Amino acid sequence: MRLNLEFMAKYLPMYIDAAKLTVEIAFWGIVFSLIVGFLCAIVRYYRTPILHRIVAVYIEISRNTPLLVQLFFLYFGLPKIGIVLSTEACAIIGITFLGGSYMAESIRSGFEAVDKVQVESAQSLGLGRWLTMKEVVFPQALAVSVPGICANVIFLIKETSVVSGIALADLMYVTKDLIGLYYETDEALIMLVIFYLIILLPISVVASILERRLRHAGFGN
Amino acid sequence: MENKIQLQVSNLKKQFGSETVLDGINLDIHKGEVVVVLGPSGCGKSTLLRCINGLETPTGGTVSVDGIEVTSSNKKITQIRQKIGMVFQSYDLFPHKNIMDNITLAPVKVQKRPRKEVEQDAERLLKRVGLWEKRKAFPRELSGGQKQRVAIVRALCMKPEVMLFDEVTAALDPEMVREVLEVMLELADRGMTMIIVTHEMQFARVVADRIIFLEGGKIQEESSPEEFFTNPKTQRAKDFLQTFTFEKRKTNNI
Repeated sequence: MRLNLEFMAKYLPMYIDAAKLTVEIAFWGIVFSLIVGFLCAIVRYYRTPILHRIVAVYIEISRNTPLLVQLFFLYFGLPKIGIVLSTEACAIIGITFLGGSYMAESIRSGFEAVDKVQVESAQSLGLGRWLTMKEVVFPQALAVSVPGICANVIFLIKETSVVSGIALADLMYVTKDLIGLYYETDEALIMLVIFYLIILLPISVVASILERRLRHAGFGN
Repeated sequence: MENKIQLQVSNLKKQFGSETVLDGINLDIHKGEVVVVLGPSGCGKSTLLRCINGLETPTGGTVSVDGIEVTSSNKKITQIRQKIGMVFQSYDLFPHKNIMDNITLAPVKVQKRPRKEVEQDAERLLKRVGLWEKRKAFPRELSGGQKQRVAIVRALCMKPEVMLFDEVTAALDPEMVREVLEVMLELADRGMTMIIVTHEMQFARVVADRIIFLEGGKIQEESSPEEFFTNPKTQRAKDFLQTFTFEKRKTNNI
């Protein structure tokens, strides 16, 4: 197999632009996922009346439907009831809709891993709900949640490949486009893999360092 | 002993589902008094302490500290809890904070006292329990007995008026029990009002001004330690004390 290096060099800038878009969508999707996930985890942890049922329904819908379907709903469905969003907005909302539930479950499992006596001793010291969460539960929960959160981050970055389905020129879209136009399948796919690795490997490494640090912090009594 | 009633429990009831754990407890505790609560496991001792500082909501009756009622619905519950210090059986220090931060957290964040003043208090208290040099250590680096002494200091740093001890030595190795009990004895000498749930009978006898014997959610007997240990009035208390003595059964002709 001989690679057409000229072709690869020629379309490199296109891949770089596509990678930027992929990272941008992933970044905002992950930031909003964390916010949504944290809020949902709080609601579930405190069993806030009514809200916690709504959140449970959201989590089930989000985790049990494919991202592509969620994107189609946003991109093709919403305009029918008069809500037209930009393609980027659809992609970010889609990633957030999916990621929010995964983050919520990771964060909640952290909250629930904190021993009940920790909460009680905080209460017996006169700490209110907010201080108990901020000073006692959250820092301990985070140590438990981080591996799950890191796994979700990587998962969500990879899931961005689905946004090509709503015609957003991300890495996947550019690749399919080039293959369709020039039949340079090997070159296009190799570039695709390399670009995903460039984005994901550093994040993976940082995540495993973070996890090891936390394990060594070893809060346990 | 002063005659002021610091803590009043009246007709306290607690049910978990259909199970009655506390069945009408009446108890007046005076300032500076040390009350030891004894009884078989499951008799409601811990529940009584937990109701007193509002960790459990009583099904009926009231608990009041300094004349202010403790109820969970009361928005002032956190204020009342500052008057009541509690130490638990399982070491309940915050594992992600060092010893000093464990102690200063509530006085600084809840009582809004200046950090400097709180740290001076913490220093004095830590020195008293012989753990000043551990101030920067994390809980996992301490032994069980040391952790419980820190837990006591942490509660004391809030300047509570009443201290509750819920089987604080039950999870400790025998050689560490003493160091914790001595801290409690010293507290008693200094006039702290205390309610102690324990299975350390000799300690109970020495530290208590009054013994409460609880069984089946009711106070079965209430007397001075001398009287309780030498001449218990009720058969139940006699049976209970019997469980702490052993008789030699083994004979030498195997």
